[in-house]
Amino acid sequence: MLTAFSVILRLDSTMSLLKYCKVISSIGTFSPSLGVLSTRNSSWWGGVQMGPPDPILGVSEAFKRDTSPKKMNLGVGAYRDDHGKPFVLDCVRKAEALISSKQLDKEYLAIGGLGDFTKSCAQLALGADSEVLKSGRNITVQTISGTGSLCIGANFLSRFHSASRDVYLPKPSWGNHTPIFRDAGMQLKAYRYYDPSTCGFDFSGALDDISKMPEKSVIMLHACAHNPTGVDPKPEQWKEIADLVKKRDLLVFFDMAYQGFASGDIDRDAWAVRHFIEQGHNIVLSQSFAKNMGLYGERVGGFTVVCNDAEEAKRVESQLKILIRPIYSNPPMNGARIAAAILNTPDLYKIWLEEVHGMANRIIKMREQLAVNLKNEGSTHNWQHVIDQIGMFCFTGLKPEQVERLTKEFSVYMTKDGRISMAGVTSGNVGYLAHGIHTVTK
Amino acid sequence: MSLFGEVPQAIPVAVFKLSNDFKDDPNPMKVNLGVGAYRTDEGQPWVLPVVKKVEKIIVADNSLNHEYLPILGLPEFRSSASKIALGEDSPAIQENRVGAVQCLGGTGALKMGAEFLRRWYNGNDNMKTPVYVSAPTWENHNSVFANAGFEDVRPYKYWDAEKRGLDLAGFLGDLETAPKHSIFVLHACAHNPTGTDPTHVEWMQVAEVMKRRKLFVFFDSAYQGFASGCLDKDAWAVRYFVTQGFEMFCAQSFSKNFGLYNERVGNLTIVARDADNVRRVLSQMEKIVRVTWSNPPSQGARLVAITLNTAELFAEWKDNVKTMADRVLSMRASLQAKLQALGTPGTWGHITQQIGMFSFTGLNPKQVEYMIKERSIYLMASGRINMCGLTTKNIDYVAKSIHETVVNVQ
Repeated sequence: MLTAFSVILRLDSTMSLLKYCKVISSIGTFSPSLGVLSTRNSSWWGGVQMGPPDPILGVSEAFKRDTSPKKMNLGVGAYRDDHGKPFVLDCVRKAEALISSKQLDKEYLAIGGLGDFTKSCAQLALGADSEVLKSGRNITVQTISGTGSLCIGANFLSRFHSASRDVYLPKPSWGNHTPIFRDAGMQLKAYRYYDPSTCGFDFSGALDDISKMPEKSVIMLHACAHNPTGVDPKPEQWKEIADLVKKRDLLVFFDMAYQGFASGDIDRDAWAVRHFIEQGHNIVLSQSFAKNMGLYGERVGGFTVVCNDAEEAKRVESQLKILIRPIYSNPPMNGARIAAAILNTPDLYKIWLEEVHGMANRIIKMREQLAVNLKNEGSTHNWQHVIDQIGMFCFTGLKPEQVERLTKEFSVYMTKDGRISMAGVTSGNVGYLAHGIHTVTK
Repeated sequence: MSLFGEVPQAIPVAVFKLSNDFKDDPNPMKVNLGVGAYRTDEGQPWVLPVVKKVEKIIVADNSLNHEYLPILGLPEFRSSASKIALGEDSPAIQENRVGAVQCLGGTGALKMGAEFLRRWYNGNDNMKTPVYVSAPTWENHNSVFANAGFEDVRPYKYWDAEKRGLDLAGFLGDLETAPKHSIFVLHACAHNPTGTDPTHVEWMQVAEVMKRRKLFVFFDSAYQGFASGCLDKDAWAVRYFVTQGFEMFCAQSFSKNFGLYNERVGNLTIVARDADNVRRVLSQMEKIVRVTWSNPPSQGARLVAITLNTAELFAEWKDNVKTMADRVLSMRASLQAKLQALGTPGTWGHITQQIGMFSFTGLNPKQVEYMIKERSIYLMASGRINMCGLTTKNIDYVAKSIHETVVNVQ
């Protein structure tokens, strides 16, 4: 009886009350193999709270449940073609056919991953003529896409960067950065980045904050196509940032998840990374091939540490392996093989560059169309930032209440911070989107 | 001055170093009895025929893409994988109190389970809960739990080196004296590295103590199908514990039984009191997944899901598994027979009594070193050999070498 009362007292919602009633009414048949009244109290997990849905991935799940024919998923950053369909790159299909014909085995990869992949992955980021690659002073390991790379990186720093626990993220940053670093035992701090009054880069604010960062702190920089704002520093601004970061003796952690997606040009998008290295920064770098090769679910990524010399790189490599082994032993082959085939086969590489360019261009076009449509709706707001921002995302400037209305009234799904994935916009729905945005902002 | 100037060179992971040394060895007679991967009688890796078939199906299906899987993985994979472990007609499944997380291989499943337990089991973020792993065990068990934050990872008695079998009294004794709520990592079948499994009666005794003392059951199932050749037989222990009403975890690997080593296909099966508990547990698992790999790789899971959910393919797979298990069994029989014929000192019955991919030969470190250096036969310092490395072509050489080693090296 006492158990029943404590169950009632613990109820915190109508749902639980209904469940409780169901349990009582079916007490004899509830769990025949257990033969006892099952309550949260008698489980190991009684104290486990319901976790909130993921702020980004949860959006897709809510979208799936919506039955409106006009619904739009502008949540997660996954590219869609102009029909709103997932896009499997032609170079990927060709690479798969090539691989299939080779009848390769499925033996475990090395802990650090597929050599053909890690070499070309580093080359893509640093440039083929990079002095770092020539001297062998980088270690690049294959990771479980960008998240896996950040996880390894965060834990590596936590373990070996004893000089500081502080990681400075731009304000705002990708939502998952915070829990990744926190879970690794780092302290999260922020530097000014996005200026809501201009919907642009707060350059002076960033410099001011960087100038005050304690030496040896870790500073996270988005290499290009900043997520969520789409606001990137200009080259001259990057140069100043690089100088200041060097003066402050900070450890630079680059997150490059959109190489190729920002401008459509692989080398242009890697400019900041390469500039910092040329300026003598020994950076750590996370790369993802989820977006630029459309290999989302294959989980293809890399983590690079630029060291002083090859000997140090060997030591760092040995420690990265020690980190990786108890997480997943060694990485998955399929996506890495595809990426390696594309990067190392001239014909496929050429096709890939064109397709990346094509994806970036479609997004640029959608930006222009959205701005035009908003103007045509009669919006008096300044939507220039929609065109100026770069990459997959647009930081619309919408407030949470407006976002909520857009979702409830128009079935347009996006994250609460006002971020929309331009990849989900098509020539077929851009008008509807503009209408919705105008309605909630006029 | 580098930020990483003080980073020390780490010792390489033993089993991978062994493979590297083997690769570099120029001796044409060399034999690799190290890492646990299946080999054909030609000493070659074996992509299962059913896997090749399903890969063709996948490549030909233009409706498939490379989009993100859900955080917890491919639903049809998760449910069918759990069914494999618990059985089609599992009461727990029927009662809707089973959940699953698709993970990166068996390692990933152990990792997710360990991270969850550290956060939510026996209090919140309780690093002091003792975690017991068998003595000996797969060496990575220690690291997985230690890296998840557990400060107290200890051995439980398991292998009796003298009698070359299970130290049941020691095992039960450690269960009796373990602090309440301790976590025990149990090998579902084909114990790695000893190949020695408890009998049904012995498992029942283990379960009785664990239930009475409220110890947490964490099964590691990496060889289902590989031990006896029969999936159901190999899952007996896991299913027995379910009938005993345990809430438990079972980390499953499809690396060996599907030969999908490098696709990293694993599943963490969760059995709880009821659906509500499963729901909340899964919601917290999502948080852990999200900061580790966001969502799991799709290729391997798709492959397994299609196979398990298509009757003819499922039958073919079971057949492929039996082929592998049968070859291992025949190598065991053959090795034992040859050692007996040679009159090699010592008893060698354990070679056929042990089960699964591995055999704990009983060779000591000096003898192991001799085997490697003088004979180019590579095995773990523990004396563990991978039966899959034996073929009809090299078994005479290996048997003679073991004989020579035992006679000449003490």
